[in-house]
Amino acid sequence: MATRLPGTDVVIVGLGAAGGVAALPLANAGLDIVGLEAGSRLTKRDFAPDEIRNNVRDWPFAVRKCATEVPTTRRTRADTAVQRGGHPMMNAVGGTTLHYWAQSWRLNPWDFKVVSETTRRYGASRIPAGSTVEDWPFGYEELEPFYDRIEHEIGVSGQAGNVRGQKNPRGNPFEGPRDRDYPMPALRWTGFLDRMADSARTLGWQPFPGPAAINSQAYQGRSGCMYHGHCNKGGCHVDAKNSPAVTTIPRAEATGRLKVVTHATVTKIETDNQGKVTGVTYLQDREKFFQPARFVFVSTYTYENVRLLLLSKSRAFPIGLSNNHAQVGKHYLSHHQGAGVTALFPYDLHAWYGLPAQGVAVDDFADDNFDHGGLDFIGGGNMWAYSDRRPISAASMGTFGRAPSWGSAWKSFIRENADRTNSAYIQKTTLPYAANYLDLDPTVTDPLGFPVIRITAEYKDNELALAAYLQDKMARWYREAGAIEVLRSGLGGQMGVTTHAYGGTRMGDDPETNVVNRYGLSHEVPNLGVLGASVMGTSGARNPTLTAQALAWRTAEHVAKNWSSIVA
Amino acid sequence: MTDERPRTISRRALLRGAGAAGAAAAASAVGVSAEPGIAPSPAAAPPAMQPAGAAAPGRVVYEQLSADEADVLEAIADQLIPEDEQGPGALAADAVVYIDRALGGALSGSREAYRGGLAAFERYCRSSRGAPFRELPHVDQVSVLIDVETGAATGARTGFAGSSGAFFSMVRSHVLQGTFGDPYYGGNRNFIGWDLIKYPGVRTAVSPGLQTALEAGELEPNHRSAYDADNFDKAVVSNARTETHHGD
Repeated sequence: MATRLPGTDVVIVGLGAAGGVAALPLANAGLDIVGLEAGSRLTKRDFAPDEIRNNVRDWPFAVRKCATEVPTTRRTRADTAVQRGGHPMMNAVGGTTLHYWAQSWRLNPWDFKVVSETTRRYGASRIPAGSTVEDWPFGYEELEPFYDRIEHEIGVSGQAGNVRGQKNPRGNPFEGPRDRDYPMPALRWTGFLDRMADSARTLGWQPFPGPAAINSQAYQGRSGCMYHGHCNKGGCHVDAKNSPAVTTIPRAEATGRLKVVTHATVTKIETDNQGKVTGVTYLQDREKFFQPARFVFVSTYTYENVRLLLLSKSRAFPIGLSNNHAQVGKHYLSHHQGAGVTALFPYDLHAWYGLPAQGVAVDDFADDNFDHGGLDFIGGGNMWAYSDRRPISAASMGTFGRAPSWGSAWKSFIRENADRTNSAYIQKTTLPYAANYLDLDPTVTDPLGFPVIRITAEYKDNELALAAYLQDKMARWYREAGAIEVLRSGLGGQMGVTTHAYGGTRMGDDPETNVVNRYGLSHEVPNLGVLGASVMGTSGARNPTLTAQALAWRTAEHVAKNWSSIVA
Repeated sequence: MTDERPRTISRRALLRGAGAAGAAAAASAVGVSAEPGIAPSPAAAPPAMQPAGAAAPGRVVYEQLSADEADVLEAIADQLIPEDEQGPGALAADAVVYIDRALGGALSGSREAYRGGLAAFERYCRSSRGAPFRELPHVDQVSVLIDVETGAATGARTGFAGSSGAFFSMVRSHVLQGTFGDPYYGGNRNFIGWDLIKYPGVRTAVSPGLQTALEAGELEPNHRSAYDADNFDKAVVSNARTETHHGD
């Protein structure tokens, strides 16, 4: 039997990027919140600049519940799904934002209106066959105040390109208009990044520094970035990476309204016969608790959001909570971040003390920023050249066919070239398709006996065509900067388990095709909200976290403002 | 940190120089499982106390690998990253010590792959080249390793579990970790690996001035482990609870 705990206004399941942000507006409104987090609290003493622990052994994985529930994957429903590799996320107060790259982009206005804008400009026939893409229920303008709020609340560094229509050529000329500048200037560049920017300008493109939830200078009493080179999957040793763990969560706790419970594994969201949520059941070690709540947010990352809903069956919801329209798990997409390009230069890049959020972006071929009239795809990619290198990964570099992979000739090669290679990060528009979805695996379970998520998904022609197009552009950029070798990886096929997973609880006005409404609340359950990229119906060409956080703030604020009618 | 701590120096000296019993005792007394704050990092020893090239009077004491396994693995590591006119290689960097220590901890899941893989490797050497790996001339050692790397040594006769290429990839990646990883884990002795690729070292703060110096070729390697300063906890992240309150 579960121990029944005293009730609370709100339970947030998962205190990561989205749940950790949502806690603050709820606490500020005077609501009592219990934050249930499967992981523990970590501090800067845990964040050593140690490549073996952070990158080779994936130390955060050692404290993760998610490592025990890695989704199975397959390309199509004709295949058998299997578990391969680990889970890319981690469980902790702050979640994966403790060690993420912290690139904090706003989506392009086009990403909110893919269907209507594509139809208007090129005709409805250009929407790829089999895609279930819809316009978002609102445009960029609706989300702008919440982007602004998050950028200032947690701290985002960057260079504005469009403040209220006023363009600044040092920033992104394609971004939607913003109300004001970033609260901090962009992270500094290295000599190589200056050179990449110059080369982009030579090609007629418009390079700019990318935005990061990393302090470029002291902000809110925390240090600026120390550029120590272990940011990539390493936590920040000076708290300059602006995770909710060091920003919104402590602020919410300071109100006295947020109680954080760690090592809490939520197994079910409970409902009554009228179809309202009554609270959640969770395990702490082997002890079982029931936490009653008047409102529940699930913010456990895309895979677990879908899994928790599908596992929470009841009389009112026989095939999963909020799933009476059978939309939970549908419209899944994983961001196409593959199809990379790697270059070798005849000079040192001095990249040892960099971070993945320190780089040069080009958006000239992203979204609908260029004419697709003569092309066979829609959307595009953000090209990102960044500075990030550690010794083991440097020594593990490919040799571009110029040396064997071991022995004296190899030693000579890496002695010369360990600091001379660069790999671009190219994030590409990815669309939802009817054939790509999440459900529960029929055979594979976690140690508690609950089925894991099964991913059935592959990139389609649109993603593959634009991947090849972007590789051409990137290769040209590297050559312009003096690269002597340029290698392209494969265009991609199966969608694996990823840090950029979208959909499964899509947001939209039509309950026949969407799980949550325009405010992120369930169409079917009045006191259930869903936070995270699982509500996003399009990927855009850039990292999802800031958008997930802006949406989370907006949803939480909506619930707080309409509390009495929502929980009535 | 450059203060001379006798225990960290003696660990290295004992491991390399003393008899097995004494070294094992020293290793367990000051090994990586030492209590936090005791700075067990071998890297903490000043480079001056550890002559490059490792003119070691005795043998490393291995904790996991048998003597036969260690012999073969050392010989393989010596081929993968050899000592040559460009300087010392994986053997002098103690890459095999790294693997040995890791097999008792984070890489314990690979212990069987080493046991079976090294035995299969030796069987392949004897059956295809007529002698154990260490007794083969250089050119045959290289050709054997190419066979193993490309998967050509796979087969029922040798008994590699799966492809011989998988065994090679595992060994190569671990030798790279042991040569280029933080010395805290037992490898990269005297920062041999980091000097080879000109990594300027672990620094907790890199000012614009330091970056400028790096780009001007004026930044000297600092030869520090992440754990030389007391900023960071060494143990794996604790699962101990820091708080559990239930809405009371």
